[in-house]
Amino acid sequence: MIVAERKPLAEISKMLEPFRKICILGCGTCVTVCLAGGDKEAAEAAAALSLLRQNEGKDVEISTHTLLRQCEYEYIDDYAEQLAQYDVILSLACGVGVQTMATRLPDKIILPGLNTKFMGYPQEQGIWKENCLGCGNCVLDLTIGICPITRCAKSMLNGPCGGSQDGKCEVNKDIDCAWHLIHERLSKLGMLDRMEAIQPPKDWSTSHHGGPRTIIREDVRLENRE
Amino acid sequence: MKIESRLEKILSSGHFAVTGELGPPKSADLETLKHHAEEMRNHVDAYNITDNQTAIVRTSSIGVAAHLIQMGLEPNVQMTVRDRNRICLQSDLLGAVSFGVRNFLCLQGDHGKFGNEPASKNVYDLDSMQLIQAVKNMRDEGVFIGGEKLEHPLPKIFIGAVANPFADPFEYRPLRLAKKIAAGAQFIQTQCIFDLDRFEKWMEKVRELGLHKKVYIMGGVTPIKSVGAARYMQKNVSGMIVPEELITRIKGAEDKKKEGIKIAVETIQRLKEIEGVAGVHVMAIAWEEIVPEIVERAGLYPRPTVN
Repeated sequence: MIVAERKPLAEISKMLEPFRKICILGCGTCVTVCLAGGDKEAAEAAAALSLLRQNEGKDVEISTHTLLRQCEYEYIDDYAEQLAQYDVILSLACGVGVQTMATRLPDKIILPGLNTKFMGYPQEQGIWKENCLGCGNCVLDLTIGICPITRCAKSMLNGPCGGSQDGKCEVNKDIDCAWHLIHERLSKLGMLDRMEAIQPPKDWSTSHHGGPRTIIREDVRLENRE
Repeated sequence: MKIESRLEKILSSGHFAVTGELGPPKSADLETLKHHAEEMRNHVDAYNITDNQTAIVRTSSIGVAAHLIQMGLEPNVQMTVRDRNRICLQSDLLGAVSFGVRNFLCLQGDHGKFGNEPASKNVYDLDSMQLIQAVKNMRDEGVFIGGEKLEHPLPKIFIGAVANPFADPFEYRPLRLAKKIAAGAQFIQTQCIFDLDRFEKWMEKVRELGLHKKVYIMGGVTPIKSVGAARYMQKNVSGMIVPEELITRIKGAEDKKKEGIKIAVETIQRLKEIEGVAGVHVMAIAWEEIVPEIVERAGLYPRPTVN
């Protein structure tokens, strides 16, 4: 899923300074699951901002709603009328949701309430870990399930650098060395020979380095089905 | 005039090689660096020039190499893959070769977070293995990574890489060396050796795999100036092992610097005895003036002349 964190209240407050009628809009999917931008967090943000404005002696009107997915037009359309009344919408969706909203509601001002962090998973309650960069050319077959592009701080494809010690990354002792994990895993599976072949330079053009990406599936496009 | 790597000639003729190291300054004033280079002139065969070491902005390695060549000295240009993509690395290599650089040391580089621009974008378009192979392919096949041909062949260049016997997983480290050799590495400089027992264990495995016959291995030696310096390396420099006994030994010495020199000399003497070690790389960080004494006391002076 997409993992995000709410922006600091001070930053949100500054962003919303010029506006009086504010909607804080939660998103019901990824950011709800990662406890950053669902119903509950929208209500919390609204309460905190209200209190702040009250202390500043400013009169504002803050409401909250939550869309199931701000990244899909059909859900946005269901709410379009309701959202029309606000001066500003503070979106608690990821960057995808914020932009989809801005595209679908071009007359509205949509501002981001979250910092979108990464694609990852909850390791346990309260801990989320990044494990995919969306490079567009998956190499997990090489390592049988541990991504060196994402989980090695240097995105190395040919084994661990000289900074790996005791299974930890030189960048931070809280980060596991991805290649240490890969070595361990392949060793257990009796597949260490996978680390022998020299992996050639990666084609980064399938990643963001090739520019913003689009997927067109002619087989599923509605206009082709009629 | 045909320029060839003196380091390669020294190693290939069976001499025990000695390289030094110069860290470029955080300015464009190279007077001190040139002074250090002069001090070691007769005591080292070539000079490593670090590439923005520990991710700190400094005069470029290739820029310094141009000065050394003007001084009649031989640079070993370090190239990390941290700050440059494949376009820039290949282009810089051509530029450096054009003015006479013949030794290149291909490495990964410390992560950007360690330096004075921690907010920078780390590039890592290639990894160190791929850089080694790219340089080899440019030289031997006359071809860039993307497949296009060079317009003219490159002269003979000497390709170096690093190895760290003190990093983990330990059992993988000799295999990683084998991979670097397969990629095209001709000489290897190791991380600073303070734990000789571990280094010897690594060398045992290296010999078992026959790698010492395929590549020239130069052991990294750093003289320790003070207990503080040793402690710093032990705690803060990634991929290093500084045994506690070593720190105790320096602590107990009356003259810490003298003891540091003695340890460096002993290390070199022990390295000379290890089968498969072809030379030493002396990294006297912020203590460059001591290199001649160490080289002399280790019995490596005068340096051989080669044609």
